Amino acid sequence: MIRKFYDVVVIGAGPAGSVAARYAAMGGASVLMLERDREPGIPVRCAEGVSVNGIEPYIDIDESWVAARINHAKLVGPSGNSAFLRNNGAGLVLERRIFDVRLCELAIAQGVRLLTKANATGLIRKNGVVSGVEFTHDGVETSVACNIVIGADGVESRVGRWAGMDTALALKDLDTCVQYTLDGIDVNPEYCEFQFGNEISPGGYVWIFPKSNHSANVGIGIAGVKAKDKGPKEYLDTFVAKRFPEASATYTVYGGVPTSYMKDEYVQDNVILAGDAARQVNPITGGGIVQGMIGGQLAGETAAEAVKAGKFNRRFLMSYKRKWDKRLGDNQKVMFRLKERFLGMTDGKFENLVNFIKTIPEDKFSMSYLFKEAVKEDPKLMMDVAKSFILSKLKK
Amino acid sequence: MYINQHLCDVCGTCVSVCPVDAIEVFETQVVIDNDVCISCGKCAQVCPARAIGDAL
Ligand SMILES: Cc1cc2nc3c(=O)[nH]c(=O)nc-3n(C[C@H](O)[C@H](O)[C@H](O)COP(=O)(O)OP(=O)(O)OC[C@H]3O[C@@H](n4cnc5c(N)ncnc54)[C@H](O)[C@@H]3O)c2cc1C
Repeated sequence: MIRKFYDVVVIGAGPAGSVAARYAAMGGASVLMLERDREPGIPVRCAEGVSVNGIEPYIDIDESWVAARINHAKLVGPSGNSAFLRNNGAGLVLERRIFDVRLCELAIAQGVRLLTKANATGLIRKNGVVSGVEFTHDGVETSVACNIVIGADGVESRVGRWAGMDTALALKDLDTCVQYTLDGIDVNPEYCEFQFGNEISPGGYVWIFPKSNHSANVGIGIAGVKAKDKGPKEYLDTFVAKRFPEASATYTVYGGVPTSYMKDEYVQDNVILAGDAARQVNPITGGGIVQGMIGGQLAGETAAEAVKAGKFNRRFLMSYKRKWDKRLGDNQKVMFRLKERFLGMTDGKFENLVNFIKTIPEDKFSMSYLFKEAVKEDPKLMMDVAKSFILSKLKK
Repeated sequence: MYINQHLCDVCGTCVSVCPVDAIEVFETQVVIDNDVCISCGKCAQVCPARAIGDAL
């Protein structure tokens, strides 16, 4: 039996939704989570790279969803010139189809009720106040009443739009992506590779995230503004034909990454957004798994506080946005400005960046060293970008 | 704008850039409401599967 009323309804059971639901339930709220697909985590529209530091607060590391452990990032410039960045703390390549389900199980263990094949179709309003959610469950139209809706419905989010928020992204703030999981290839499972250059991937990058020594997620994201004449698939196919001519693709997936930032507007009376829906993504790397979990935690905690206080207006819920800004949001806005410059970067500048990173001796590789050297040479742009990459590694 | 359902991967990327909220992911299908659509073409430009065009 699905109850007629829950304190909180979470729409979307990705990392943001399942963590939001868990924290709301831990704070004492009754929570229903709706997921459109038949199973959370599928299809996997993700390269699956995260840092151990980033996910550890939310889940105990389990080998069943770890495909590879990563120690380095390899940055490759337009000419093929490359530099290694040592990770501060290890990285992981996940099996998200398992990972996402585990996160849901952790929510369910706290009393969250999850419905799959439950597609939210609109918000219910009583006297102008959002008071519930309309959805189809197994194709049957139904509804549920609630005091708070958390929209964790991914890049395609419509919850915000239903609540009157303007969540539409500009073409420069959306990366259009294609990814193959390639098998039968020769890869080093210890590092993730990032390839830059306007020929290879305009306004974005190609990634190679290993899942074993013979398979990897190989994908591309290019800025929407640069996708007019040639789409991401054409760029990726060119790259793959050259680099992995004999590979088989065991999986092909399309997707979009918001490269914007969370705005005040994404909090309204009775409705808050989290994860990709709230554009809680690193605008430079496109990483959003950990960002979404952090956003989800803050959203869930705030929802539980609201339930306790019996206050569901925007004024009360804005504490969520303030907490987000402190945790990641302020940093995200800096990254966003960097991304705008990144979009206009010439291949020469990418080469400079790679060369600069190469000059740093491995044993001296640290943020402060990078800072000191950068100030000496004043390659401001290179520094900004390098810094954001390392910060993202730390925070992801 | 029109979607070629054979090419569409139901990834929802188009929805995120639509300025007039004319696109809906309904269960396993993406649908454009052409009464609302203003034919700005943003969805077609970002569609990674190149499944959207201004004619069927
Ligand atoms: C190609 C690609 C590669 C990426 N690589 C990485 C990476 O390596 N590392 C990283 O950190 N991030 C990566 N990302 C980003 C990452 O995948 C997302 O940021 C992350 O999944 C966001 O989590 P979320 O919970 O906000 O949304 P999602 O994981 O998208 O979950 C949203 C859920 O909501 C459901 N939903 C939507 N609408 C409704 C509705 N109306 N009713 C019910 N349910 C609904 C969807 O079915 C979905 O399950 C990548 C993204 C792409 C596209």
